[in-house]
Amino acid sequence: MNYHPFIIPFSAGAIFLFAVVIYKFVKWFRNLDRKQMYFVNKNIFSFKTIEAIGETFREALIHRNIYKKNPLLGYMHMSLAFGWFLLIAVGKTESSFYAGTFFEEPWLAIFFKYFAKEQHSYFMAAEFSFIMDLLLLIVLSGVALALFKRVRSNFLGMKKATKHSKFDRIALASLWWIFPLRLLAESTTAAVAGNGNFLTGTVGNWLSGLPVEAIELPMWWAYSFSLCAFFVSLPFSRYMHIPTEVALIFLRKWGATAGEQYSGMTDLQLNSCSRCGICIDSCQLNFAADINHVQSVYFIRDTRYKKLTDEVANNCLMCGRCVEACPVGLELTVIRQQLRNKAEIPGKHYFEYNKAEESKNKTDVIYFAGCMTHLTPSIIISMKKIFNEAGERFWFMDEDKGLCCGRPMRQQGFVQQSKDLISKNMRLIASSGAKMMVTSCPICYKSFTEEYVLDIPVMHHTEYIKMLMDKKRINVKKSDLNMVYHDPCELGRGSGIFEQPRDVLRQTGNLRVSEFEKENALCCGGSLSNTVIELDTQIKIRNHALEVLTESKPDVLATACPLCKKSFVHGNKAKVMDIAEIVADCLNLQSEKNEKKSVNKKESIEFI
Amino acid sequence: MIIGGGPAGLEAAYNIAINGYKVTILEKDNEIGGNIKKWVKLFPDFGDAAEIRKAFADKVNKGNIEIQTGVEISELYSENEKWFAKNGNNVIYSADAALLATGFEAFDARRKEELGYGIYDNVITSVDFEEMYKTGKILTAQGTVPKRIAFLNCVGSRDEKVGNHYCSRVCCINAVKQATEFKELVPDAEAYCFYMDMRMAGQFYEELYRKSQEKYNVNYIRGRISEAAATFDKRIQIKSEDTLTGLPMKMTVDILVLMVGIESSASTTELSRQNGINGEYGFAKSLGLYISDNLTKKAGLFLAGSCKRPLTLPETVADSRAASVQILNYLKLN
Amino acid sequence: MKNWGFKISRPRAIDFDTADLAEYSKLVEKVPSAKRCLMCGACTATCSAGNHTDFNFRHSHLMYRRGQFEGLAEELDKCMLCGKCKMVCPRGVNTRAIIYNMRIFLNDMNYKNIES
Repeated sequence: MNYHPFIIPFSAGAIFLFAVVIYKFVKWFRNLDRKQMYFVNKNIFSFKTIEAIGETFREALIHRNIYKKNPLLGYMHMSLAFGWFLLIAVGKTESSFYAGTFFEEPWLAIFFKYFAKEQHSYFMAAEFSFIMDLLLLIVLSGVALALFKRVRSNFLGMKKATKHSKFDRIALASLWWIFPLRLLAESTTAAVAGNGNFLTGTVGNWLSGLPVEAIELPMWWAYSFSLCAFFVSLPFSRYMHIPTEVALIFLRKWGATAGEQYSGMTDLQLNSCSRCGICIDSCQLNFAADINHVQSVYFIRDTRYKKLTDEVANNCLMCGRCVEACPVGLELTVIRQQLRNKAEIPGKHYFEYNKAEESKNKTDVIYFAGCMTHLTPSIIISMKKIFNEAGERFWFMDEDKGLCCGRPMRQQGFVQQSKDLISKNMRLIASSGAKMMVTSCPICYKSFTEEYVLDIPVMHHTEYIKMLMDKKRINVKKSDLNMVYHDPCELGRGSGIFEQPRDVLRQTGNLRVSEFEKENALCCGGSLSNTVIELDTQIKIRNHALEVLTESKPDVLATACPLCKKSFVHGNKAKVMDIAEIVADCLNLQSEKNEKKSVNKKESIEFI
Repeated sequence: MIIGGGPAGLEAAYNIAINGYKVTILEKDNEIGGNIKKWVKLFPDFGDAAEIRKAFADKVNKGNIEIQTGVEISELYSENEKWFAKNGNNVIYSADAALLATGFEAFDARRKEELGYGIYDNVITSVDFEEMYKTGKILTAQGTVPKRIAFLNCVGSRDEKVGNHYCSRVCCINAVKQATEFKELVPDAEAYCFYMDMRMAGQFYEELYRKSQEKYNVNYIRGRISEAAATFDKRIQIKSEDTLTGLPMKMTVDILVLMVGIESSASTTELSRQNGINGEYGFAKSLGLYISDNLTKKAGLFLAGSCKRPLTLPETVADSRAASVQILNYLKLN
Repeated sequence: MKNWGFKISRPRAIDFDTADLAEYSKLVEKVPSAKRCLMCGACTATCSAGNHTDFNFRHSHLMYRRGQFEGLAEELDKCMLCGKCKMVCPRGVNTRAIIYNMRIFLNDMNYKNIES
């Protein structure tokens, strides 16, 4: 039997690791909520599982996503993950050939060079020897890059490297030691036996001046201990993401997503974060306001170690830029939302609803301006003009300052109170018999489409205007204004509406592209979701965004959100207009043409 | 060389010229007088703005004062202890010393969209009010005599949202003045003035405030108007809190007058930026507040009037005289 | 005890000597801009909830500052957190954060009272 006591640390570590990982997985799977379990049961024996295997290969081993964002960083991760995987897989094959059985001692592959010191007559021994050396070299190059990244994060295009916890440091240090020690152990053995391939052989030659017989065993012991240290610290460090990410890929492929409440899926995502820190670079709080302890990576770390403070949970614009950037694809804003839940504060309901009136007449379209839109009256006036021009029968639901859509309440974690508002609003909506709903506020839009149960379609006014233009219900003439469009977070990244507003703007003026747009758009700083930062910080974020957006000196900075509009107007750097205003200004008015025919019509408009 | 032909510029030109120096005034408008041109009567004694303007014009109507109007300076720089000013057509003016008297501009009330300026016809600014007062009548956009008018203080001043933390100092008393003028014209109408604080710190200000209450029955409500909307008959509905009763209130008025604050003028901001003397909020920064308030860190470049901070007219004139002395000393010593 | 046929009601004055002013310093630690409030009432004027209820943010905030917590939790439950007040505040006070934190602190106080 191929046995030496130095395999004990490795084996004990490996057994411990498997036990802890299995325990955690079982716990998380049992905590999946009903909806997530439904998807698991539905799709576990489907083609999706095979797809998941493919994705595991691409993401967990090759790290294609990181690779796409940053090739050097991608190579670093790939060389470590895929290189190590191949070392294990090829090493296992080699040791099986050597032993002539697939069921050789499980540690044989790990310490193969020691036990197979003398004999080299198995199948393809020379090729294996070369490949194993090559793989070790690839992994070592990854380790070297990782070391370099610690020292100079700029080198790998990362502005900020993540600050790590105690377990992370133990795991990281042992991980760094594993491969150099393996190289040393294999090289001393090669020196003793007088063999070795291009890497181990060469290093072995260099070492041959030393008393190699004496240091051979200590090297293998050290290698085994470094593996043990890594395995034992792994489940408590960020490296837990290695096994967890695989599980997450499968669950996600089956269709499970993080829901409203904290669940096993949340735990899985929290543990899948590799703390790569890409989210730090994407975060405006970091690069525009120099706040560096609240980004998703820290939020997730704090949550995982049960150290989350209200300050970290609430200090987030919820703009979703990190969600776009995350190479693991974690639902960062959803999870933050879950952790903000304030269910322990009893929801007493003191809203006196009787003042929010139901529709007196049946209408076709409901217009819900939104609370904030009442502070930008030109949007409301423009929308009225557009409705009238299109001949739409509409009910201005919150004309006399209606009820809030409920989303701001929810963003702060008062879920019950939010549901209360939602149910009241749904009753009001149903009372009108309308066939469609239009809103001017992206926050309301997101709320209506995601949190309400409505049997009528909901449109943001940019979509609605686009539809009117497509159906030729309104006609616009193109102006010669140069415009840059700012994507509001909740409308763009939040709801995926990127093209409709741009189509409208192309028909009303010259649309210019800006560096930060669509998925990469910036937050205006006016976000309601952050209850920690104060005006001075918001101004920093806004000024930075404004600087970027007005770089091409456009005549108009167009947006589609009252909050963004207000933020940018206060910056006083460019003319800011909502899309509704731009369209209202460019309308080919039918009523003007028909003015002589029906004077009455114009008056009726003013009374609406 | 004096940039700006408002009160500060004119007063300095006169004082320097009678001491035997040649003075050039560079004014961007077609007429001298600066912001007084927009005013009819001045607080606190209802002095005639046109007369005061004429008095200034007479003072500078002297031999060695050259007045260039319609000249907007886009660049101001010094070379070999001489000062040069360049306008848009690349015409260059030069002198031994330069005085920045580029004054202020009124806050653009469109930036406070919720107050409806530029959206509803019957929301006007204090500058528009003066314009209208010149015609001798205060009427709504529909041409009717208003029955109720409201003045809102602190529009664009003491407002961190628009980035102006400071108090413009003149709007409170100006609101009192305009409310009084309105009540003189339309005695039967109601006048309301919404304020955060009434700052009546000048001479005769408090007396005018008292008179407006006692004689003209102007109502003062402590509360800021948060938003304005038009009713179907084009009147303006305003929302505020009557903070002293602690209750929110709504009021419909025929005209809402926004008392716009003082902001640094575009020329002030640009020219002081070019010379590295840009202070807070775009105003120009003097060397020190107490004994070198007219000096800058650039030798030969001086400041006078409201290009430094919001000032009333008497303060501007006094400051301008102080600047004249500093310039004369400088010319004598160099 | 002898029934006098009437009750002595509590005095309406704010007693600064007994009022719990420490709670407010906890709040301003979370929301430093709260100190800047100059009570102009723009927040109350624009309030969406104030349109449907008698909610008055400025007043509630002032009562909290003065350590008068009675009935305040119920009062704050009227707020919909829509954030309009934050938008109109001339002093840049983070009114929405004040309400959020007041709610949480009042809830904590409630538990403390129950325990003691």
